[in-house]
Amino acid sequence: MAPLGSACLLLALAVCVYGIGASLYGVRRGRPEWSDSGRRAVYALAGVLTVAFAVLEIAFLRDDFAFNTVADTSSVTTPTFYKAAAVWSSQEGSLLLWAWLLSMWSSLVLFLTRKRMRDVAAYATAVLLSFGGFFVSLMIFYANPFATTHPAPVEGAGLDPLLRFPTMMIHPPMLYSGYTLCTIPLAFGIGALLARRVDAEWIRAIRRFAFAAWFFLGIGILLGARWSYAELGWGGYWGWDAVENASLMPWLTGTAFLHSLMIQEKRGMLKVWNASLVLATGVLAIMGTFLVRSGVLSSIHAFGGQTLGVPFVCLIGVTIAGSIYLVVTRRDMLRSEHRIDSLLSRESMFLANNVVLVALCFVIFWGTYFPLISEALTGKAASVGPPWFDRYTVPLALVLVLLSGIGPVIAWRRATLANARRNFLAPVGIALSTVTVLLLVGVTGKPFALAMFGCAAFVLGCVGQEFVRGVRARRAMAGEAVPVALVALVRRNRRRYGGYIVHVGIAVLFVGVAASSSFQHALEPTLSVGQSSKVGAYTVHYVRPTATVTPSNDAAHTGATLSLGAVLSVSKHGRHVATLYPSEGYYASDEPSQGSVGSLIGGQPVSHVAMSGGVTRDVWSAIAPNIETPQLKRIVEIGNRTIPFVHPEDALIAVAYLARSYLQHPPPAQFHFIVSPLVMWIWIGGLIVFGGGLIAIWPAPSAVRRRVAVLARGRRARAARGLARA
Amino acid sequence: MKYLAAMNPARKRAVRLTVALSAAVVLAGALIYTSFSAASPALTPSQLVHQAQSGRSYQVTGTVVAGSVHRSGGTLHFSVEDRVGGTVVPVVYTGTVPDPFREGREIIVTVQKQGGAFFGERDSLITKCPSKYKAAPPPAGKQSY
Repeated sequence: MAPLGSACLLLALAVCVYGIGASLYGVRRGRPEWSDSGRRAVYALAGVLTVAFAVLEIAFLRDDFAFNTVADTSSVTTPTFYKAAAVWSSQEGSLLLWAWLLSMWSSLVLFLTRKRMRDVAAYATAVLLSFGGFFVSLMIFYANPFATTHPAPVEGAGLDPLLRFPTMMIHPPMLYSGYTLCTIPLAFGIGALLARRVDAEWIRAIRRFAFAAWFFLGIGILLGARWSYAELGWGGYWGWDAVENASLMPWLTGTAFLHSLMIQEKRGMLKVWNASLVLATGVLAIMGTFLVRSGVLSSIHAFGGQTLGVPFVCLIGVTIAGSIYLVVTRRDMLRSEHRIDSLLSRESMFLANNVVLVALCFVIFWGTYFPLISEALTGKAASVGPPWFDRYTVPLALVLVLLSGIGPVIAWRRATLANARRNFLAPVGIALSTVTVLLLVGVTGKPFALAMFGCAAFVLGCVGQEFVRGVRARRAMAGEAVPVALVALVRRNRRRYGGYIVHVGIAVLFVGVAASSSFQHALEPTLSVGQSSKVGAYTVHYVRPTATVTPSNDAAHTGATLSLGAVLSVSKHGRHVATLYPSEGYYASDEPSQGSVGSLIGGQPVSHVAMSGGVTRDVWSAIAPNIETPQLKRIVEIGNRTIPFVHPEDALIAVAYLARSYLQHPPPAQFHFIVSPLVMWIWIGGLIVFGGGLIAIWPAPSAVRRRVAVLARGRRARAARGLARA
Repeated sequence: MKYLAAMNPARKRAVRLTVALSAAVVLAGALIYTSFSAASPALTPSQLVHQAQSGRSYQVTGTVVAGSVHRSGGTLHFSVEDRVGGTVVPVVYTGTVPDPFREGREIIVTVQKQGGAFFGERDSLITKCPSKYKAAPPPAGKQSY
């Protein structure tokens, strides 16, 4: 199977080289049949890489340890679900996933634009195939997923326990889809600049893809945050980690682009800005990939020790230099057709929103790459921590949320005092009364959180008012019932109302962020069985210890050998609220030096968090049991001495004995409790954002009708010509 | 505003652009300046012992010394040393301890010197590279990457 995979990679590289040549020759010499052939090369690339990906996936599912990557990241004892997901846990596998997704998405966009903008699309084909070729070459020359060892080892190292979480199946593919989709607007932007066709047409062609990139990247980021919160024994959802930041940056510039493209479509303005945003988004997406791959910055996500630094730096350098060259040389064509008439207009609000988003991106960029910048400038490595990020991002986020309320309701071109009063009186009233009520019920001491609640109320007021007015207008004109009018309103103008719903979701999400970060209670007590500790208004009681020895099927189905935990009873004012079962999983380590018993549980321990989620608050708990008491250590030592490696089932009995001993004499355990208000609203807000996004991206019925009408007209015309000839 | 309104539109735009750009430059300058003053220098344990001043934050990267880890209440006590051994620096830390934290593992923690001891900033402890203490270097015959 491995030779088939390697052959696929070589074929893929050949296809890329041919496709780049064919599409460039076609567009330069005006030979469309060559450009078409270049486009078909992208389809071929997708086909070849699909085969390659299938080969690797099958190798994982069949435990074919002859493949080095399978032996390194999977094992017989790894549950099947995680075997399937382990494909992208390694450097090589994730490069293959990247290239494969790129080829699929590229095929889709080129198929959809095959009848339009042939010259732009031909250049875009060449750009996309260059990226594809780059990643395929990385696999061929640096990190081949189909490298094999003979004879094959009998057992692999297993998937890193930290990655054994259901999100592993979906978070990386979503992020990579987002990253690869970001390169599509980049490719078409470069194509439009090269072909000197910088009107709004190329923007219309890739709008949906820019939106899809934003959508998938956003889902990926949110799933990552959720993973971090629900799995890592840390309790946070965002840590300003380099790789998290790397995925947020293209999302921010992508968001800016989705807004400013409307201005180019409607008023022919901001062309330089849009071209720059598209190019920046693409470059940031590639840099994001690079950060994960290269290990240049210390991050919990980096694959340690493996560097693809030089090729990536070359790719990024070429892309940036090329982008700047193109924008500078084409600047005459990128002149605006209009000017901003007034500072109080929707155009200038959009511009402000763009500035804030780009500023946020700059802050995050600076902070993320600061270790490199500092080393380059002062010769000393240094880094900035979360407080530095918070200092800038919190005020910027406030302004952003405020603008997301103002933007949808302010008039185009020039807002007058009268229509400002008409549009903003109610929302401002709602915001002020929200803040007043919160102050009266005693939410004080956190001015930024309070300001965020006010801003969010303002956004809800603005958007709610738009919906109410729209529904009222429809009722007045068509006499429809409220629900009918509401559905019709959204259906008639999906992009607009979908966008409004996205704004509501963002406001809700930020309410969750502000509340949970400002009003959180956290405690790390050491408790013995029977003891309690008080976290905020809640009392957590350590009822009894738990221990399970589950070689293949532990509670969380992650393949832990041993899992030690606790039963916790959570109560509030003497009333029982929830029972929680946090535990810590101990995995086999694959290190013979730890002994026959020690190596069964000597791997990296991983927390299995338990929480009681609610719309008002989450009670979150994690446990770090003490497995190194003298008594438990002695069991392992005696086991190691008496049980030889050839009898793993006997070693497992020693582990069971250890578990029983732990239950009989449970040592005090270290706990971590967090009571966070409104965390759930982060996820709810995220769902609202993506629901709104889906509404906005869905083809409008009128567009479908138009397309059908055009087709029908074409058919009628052909029929008429046929009749005329006859 | 009256003055602005009296100017011709091109000049007005130029003025606006200059104002906006200089505001952006000032803000970016502030950001860059604070990043240098707020940054914690990254040091190895032996550099830390020689250079640390009281009250400043340092990000120290080192290996957890075997046998040095013990907990009391909510505090974690451990020592770090350079990758090649040598100077041992004791650290007192409170806050979240990541799962992969172990003796012999490389960690990064932000510390402040107070008196003779180094106190870790809350929740600043991260373990480097959990993509795992994979079995030694790949055996001969495997393609190296």
